[in-house]
Amino acid sequence: MTIAPQSPTEVAPTDLVTVSVDGIEVRVPKGTLVIRVAELMGIEIPRFCDHPLLDPVAACRACLIEIEGQPKPQPACAIAVTDGMVVRTQRTSPMADTAQEGVMEFLLLNHPLDCPVCDKGGECPLQNQAMTAGRGTSRFEEEKRTFEKPINVSAQILLDRERCVSCARCTRFADQIAGDPMLELLERGAKQQVGTAEDEPFDSYFSGNTIQICPVGALTSSLYRFRARPFDLVSTPTTCEHCASGCSLRTDVRRGVITRRLAWDDPEVNEEWNCDKGRFAFVYTYEGRIASPLVRENGELRPASWPEALDVAARGLAAARGRAGVLTGGRLTREDAYAYAKFARVAMGTGDIDFRARVASDEEAQFLASSVAGMPLGPTYADLDRAPVVLLVGLEPEDESPIIFLRLRRAAQKKGVRIVSLSPVRTRGMDKMDAQWWACQPGGEAVALRQIAENSADTLAALRQPGAVILVGERMAGVPGALSAAAELASSTGARLGWVPRRAGERGALDAGALAGLLPGGRPADDPRAREEVAAVWGVEASSLPTGGRVGQSLVDAILGDTSRAEREEERHIDALLVAGVEVADHERAEDLRRALSDVPFLVALSTHHNDVTEVADVVFPVAVVAEKAGSFTDWEGRTKPFSAAIHGAQSVADGRVLAMIADSMDVTFGAGDVASLRAEMDRLGMWTGARPAAPSVAPAASDASGTVALATWRLLLDAGALQEGEPHLAATARPTEALMSSETARSLGLGQAGSVTVSTDHGSLELPLRIADVVDGTVWVPMTSEGSRVLAIGASHGTRVRVTGGTA
Amino acid sequence: MTPLTPIITAHWDVPDYFTLEGYRRFGGYSALPKALGMDPDAVIGTVKDTGLRGRGGAGFPTGLKWSFVPQNDGKPHYLVVNADESEPGACKDVPIMIANPHALIEGVIISSYAIRANHAFIYIRGEVPQAIRRVATAVREAEEAGLLGDNILGSGFSLRIVVHSGAGAYICGEETALLDSLEGYRGQPRLKPPFPATHGLYAAPTVVNNVETITNIPWIINNGVEWFRQFGTEKSPGFKVFAVSGHVARPGIYEAPLGITMRELLDYAGGVIGGDGTVKFWIPGGSSVPMLTADHLDTPLTYEAMAEAGTMLGTGTPMVFNSTVSVVKAVTRWLEFYKHESCGKCTPCREGTFWITGVLERFEHGHGTDADMDLLVEVCGNIAGRSFCALGDAAATPYPAALKYFRDEFEAATRTPVDEVFPPAASYVFSEVAAR
Amino acid sequence: MAYDESVMAQMREIIERYPNSRSAVMPLLHLVQSIDDEITPEGMQVIAEQLGLTTAEVTAVATFYTMYKRRPVGKHHIGVCTNTLCALLGGDAVYDAISERLGAGHDERDADGTFWLERIECQAACTHAPVMTVDWEFMDCQTPQSALDVIDRLARGEEVVSTRGPVIRDFQATEHTLAFPVDGLAGEGGEADAIMLAGLTVARERGMTAPAPGEGPA
Repeated sequence: MTIAPQSPTEVAPTDLVTVSVDGIEVRVPKGTLVIRVAELMGIEIPRFCDHPLLDPVAACRACLIEIEGQPKPQPACAIAVTDGMVVRTQRTSPMADTAQEGVMEFLLLNHPLDCPVCDKGGECPLQNQAMTAGRGTSRFEEEKRTFEKPINVSAQILLDRERCVSCARCTRFADQIAGDPMLELLERGAKQQVGTAEDEPFDSYFSGNTIQICPVGALTSSLYRFRARPFDLVSTPTTCEHCASGCSLRTDVRRGVITRRLAWDDPEVNEEWNCDKGRFAFVYTYEGRIASPLVRENGELRPASWPEALDVAARGLAAARGRAGVLTGGRLTREDAYAYAKFARVAMGTGDIDFRARVASDEEAQFLASSVAGMPLGPTYADLDRAPVVLLVGLEPEDESPIIFLRLRRAAQKKGVRIVSLSPVRTRGMDKMDAQWWACQPGGEAVALRQIAENSADTLAALRQPGAVILVGERMAGVPGALSAAAELASSTGARLGWVPRRAGERGALDAGALAGLLPGGRPADDPRAREEVAAVWGVEASSLPTGGRVGQSLVDAILGDTSRAEREEERHIDALLVAGVEVADHERAEDLRRALSDVPFLVALSTHHNDVTEVADVVFPVAVVAEKAGSFTDWEGRTKPFSAAIHGAQSVADGRVLAMIADSMDVTFGAGDVASLRAEMDRLGMWTGARPAAPSVAPAASDASGTVALATWRLLLDAGALQEGEPHLAATARPTEALMSSETARSLGLGQAGSVTVSTDHGSLELPLRIADVVDGTVWVPMTSEGSRVLAIGASHGTRVRVTGGTA
Repeated sequence: MTPLTPIITAHWDVPDYFTLEGYRRFGGYSALPKALGMDPDAVIGTVKDTGLRGRGGAGFPTGLKWSFVPQNDGKPHYLVVNADESEPGACKDVPIMIANPHALIEGVIISSYAIRANHAFIYIRGEVPQAIRRVATAVREAEEAGLLGDNILGSGFSLRIVVHSGAGAYICGEETALLDSLEGYRGQPRLKPPFPATHGLYAAPTVVNNVETITNIPWIINNGVEWFRQFGTEKSPGFKVFAVSGHVARPGIYEAPLGITMRELLDYAGGVIGGDGTVKFWIPGGSSVPMLTADHLDTPLTYEAMAEAGTMLGTGTPMVFNSTVSVVKAVTRWLEFYKHESCGKCTPCREGTFWITGVLERFEHGHGTDADMDLLVEVCGNIAGRSFCALGDAAATPYPAALKYFRDEFEAATRTPVDEVFPPAASYVFSEVAAR
Repeated sequence: MAYDESVMAQMREIIERYPNSRSAVMPLLHLVQSIDDEITPEGMQVIAEQLGLTTAEVTAVATFYTMYKRRPVGKHHIGVCTNTLCALLGGDAVYDAISERLGAGHDERDADGTFWLERIECQAACTHAPVMTVDWEFMDCQTPQSALDVIDRLARGEEVVSTRGPVIRDFQATEHTLAFPVDGLAGEGGEADAIMLAGLTVARERGMTAPAPGEGPA
């Protein structure tokens, strides 16, 4: 159950009432439900429909208790306590006890009692309560209700209707929490059953939660069904590696293999929910793993021993000291990212490091250095709950940070928080959050933000209210001037500014110093005191620490020998690259990077799976997936959530340990590279408290009307991401790959209301079905990285001008 | 002898009484200007003073219900007429709507004025198109005559009435289920509190009243509190549209003061037909209230006297059964009804009706057991008072009452199919019906 | 989608009746049933689109109420009340007779799909038992013979008049009335019948009247 931590001082004494439960007097906040009071006292009242995060419904009647003065037993889940109330539970009231027994008997009438073959067996509230409160034998002699079994309510979720007790937790979750009422109670009376409409599966991003809250085994997943018994599983609390929402999860492992993942209770973050990606995308942890180190010989990778591979890597990297770069990607744990940040500086002698395996810019790097790196916690989820207004800039929470979506939806519905979304598309997610849509051409966000600052007194007034929040999404890195304008708007209004990256490791990598120009803790690499602090902990001379460094595109340009595009004239060539879990295709100019990886004289890859990087690497080290190691992620709020390994005794090694071994081979003092020592160093360093660089002040790019249409794009939650591989049931619940346009735009381009369109650039084209939707005119939206729609591969990104034609290219 | 007092029914034999013209010819819509000339609170006060109790079955004081609606709260208010008459035995609202739709409309306008509602809904069960078209047409006529719409009769009061057709669900007679249904949801009852008076239709203050209750209002406004209270008793003031059905010579609508006895109604209805000519059992107001026997024929039909006799006045629509009727079969059919109509929301009603029906069907075929008789008492006890709404309580009512008076019949049904003991054809009334 | 513009206009008209569009679900379901003779997945989908709901939300409503059918009903819906009072007074025999004639049981159709037979619950007409309905219009006070006569006349296409209502049309016409109840037929059926007038008749015979204060509807 979720009870947000509450310090005693938060409740004024006048709001406390005295109630007696089973003869024990307690003082609790007025309005607390009887069932919650009992929980706090350690008195367990049976329940099925009750869930602390869903509105009370009092349907199952399992929680009937006696309240003095009431002739009939009352549902504890729906009665709010009043001062002087005298409650008797089944422990002290024959009335409550008989009522509960009667309800338990009713619940079991039509239940199949197929516990031996049911996934829920062993962790089933119905089973447990039947054992404690049920009769030994059934008095029901009639024929039980049966249904054809099971039915797919989605590709992932299966329903065995005869097990259902009609508690409606799943349907209420779908409606109240997810905002996806495609799962409903159908029929009536004894025939009542959960179901969907024909041709409208329960494809909610949050569908898996219904399995978890089902108090019987009626809902199961294709992935877990019949795979394990709960008592065979070893459970470990973990933090989700799929995005920067920071969900607490529980990972269940059977004989070294993950069998399922559940949302775990974190009242401050995900409460008791998570998204389906976090729940079901774990097949990658055991499929297609690299088994041993590999070394390139005569153009071919061959398995090698650890000592050999370490030796080859150490010699290659040492030879390129000072002329080397590091690309870490956004998926590393905070500790591993720190290891790379340190390794780059102390072992490779370079400041050329970047964690951003995505569209990125120098402006963003400056923004992160000025406004995000090493900053204390906040804005937080709780701040979203309390905000008078939340302005979303280039962020689609349902796709890019699903727990922010759930929190904002609840904030809007329960607390009237006003949500405004600056976006080219009015999405279903916005409607579910009751968000106001501020239409904005892709690429026009910077101008739009400046217009707010200059012309919109209303909005300015709203943002000036205490507690207002601005959240910017990672796609703003690709819109010149947008982050500058957002920072300016925040500082001029006093609104709190939150940066919401997609990947779980981005904020941690930033704080760890895995970005050129920044040392750990958000320290400016050119600040003498910052350098002294870091040098002291690392045991090196401050003067040995590189000052600046090149990021992103400049790094690639340096490898390719093309410095014309680099802003800083640094002629140093890159002769060696160290690359962690990076997908080449995620980069803005993927082809350039691919060429650079081939061209660079020496390439070391640390990777869990084979990919475009390992294919051309000189040395490959297999590393542990997140589930196999301890570590921590820092979520978008800046909240760091540590976890231990879920899979115990795995043979794999974490990145930090591999780097330490390479450093050893290079005779560089680095430390053990294990989580404990890395964390200890980071703790000693702490966060930077000194002066920060100024926020960027990049002017919006001149409006580019060339071409025909502006492209809007972001990554859908469920897409062609590498960590989602191997789970077809999950993939089948993804949103369709389709292009969206306004009817006006489609008309002006001579396109019909439907059919397919071709979106093209000079580098390629995509063909997608067209759907007419609320999209700002002159714009086409396509998913960024879905099967059949890989935007970066055609040299485009959010804001690019593209050509759109009807039909096939 | 309590006399019959045709009031609502006084002109039902007039061929066009259901039209605006016909209704007006007999004083219809004369209460409206009178009410519109009063302060709304005075209208509420008058209704309160009459002691009028809801005619839908529960008997809650109407004026008191109206007074719960918060005033000057800036929210829209709604009046919703419960015309979902579906309880087995209840058959008085549908006749009122067919024969006297304008009295209902006049009542709706006055009641809406009193509670400051500018929008009223009449939720009529879908299976009675004749009642629906008569009421809807009456609304149209009233609109065209300026009795509905904006600024009614120059009073400044405006009202729209929407006639809403149900689609077959007894549970929608439960007022909160009716509201959910009217809002476009499954008709399942809502958690109370909050109550409709503050959080009703569209979460706004709402009064839900029965057809007959609202139809009383024009007469109350016209004739006053004292006139009204001369009928009935202190706790059950007023008159009632009784509907007498079953094994009687002249089933039909009988309007009389509350307090009339079943024996008197039987006399007006021509007495018991068939069997040995006596009443075996009767039910004062719908299958949801416990049955009575010939011993109770002199008990006044008032809320209080019926309660004292261990039953309820309910809808005031007595069903009379003669000696040919198997009580086991009667109860089984009622339980099949409750099983069919249980909304499914709460466990005791959903599962309990399923269970009881199965056991009773065994009795019907002569396959009950002595243990089953006790089991059913327990199962009914596990539904009554534990279900979400009164439908569950209602479902738990017929069996214990039947067992109390006719235990021997259930015992017999442990051995012999009921149709053998009570040949069905003996209960048929075809010769009488053919003559009607 | 299958509905023409006139139907879509009727949908909009229904939606406009209500302060909150979702309230239109039930009349819209009656409307599509009046067109399709059943509630089809497409019908529910169109309603969902019109109201901004999921099709599941509309399905949840459509499957809750007995009157919405998910198979074609045919030309006439025949209901026979077999709740306690009607059943005991002869409703069971009426039902059996019709069932035998049609060769159809509860919620089934006859061979050529003209008639749908249903055991219906209490029709609020117990005074008129045994009660039958044809396309939900009252056919009160039935005997097996009279009921079969009604079926035969309907089968032959002859005119059948409801005992308290208009000339029988067909199931879909009644469903349209439920969506648009001002159907021009309110004048049919005339004044109250003898059963509804039973009390008034006795009162007249015995000279009983209510004390009237002399004004208003007396």
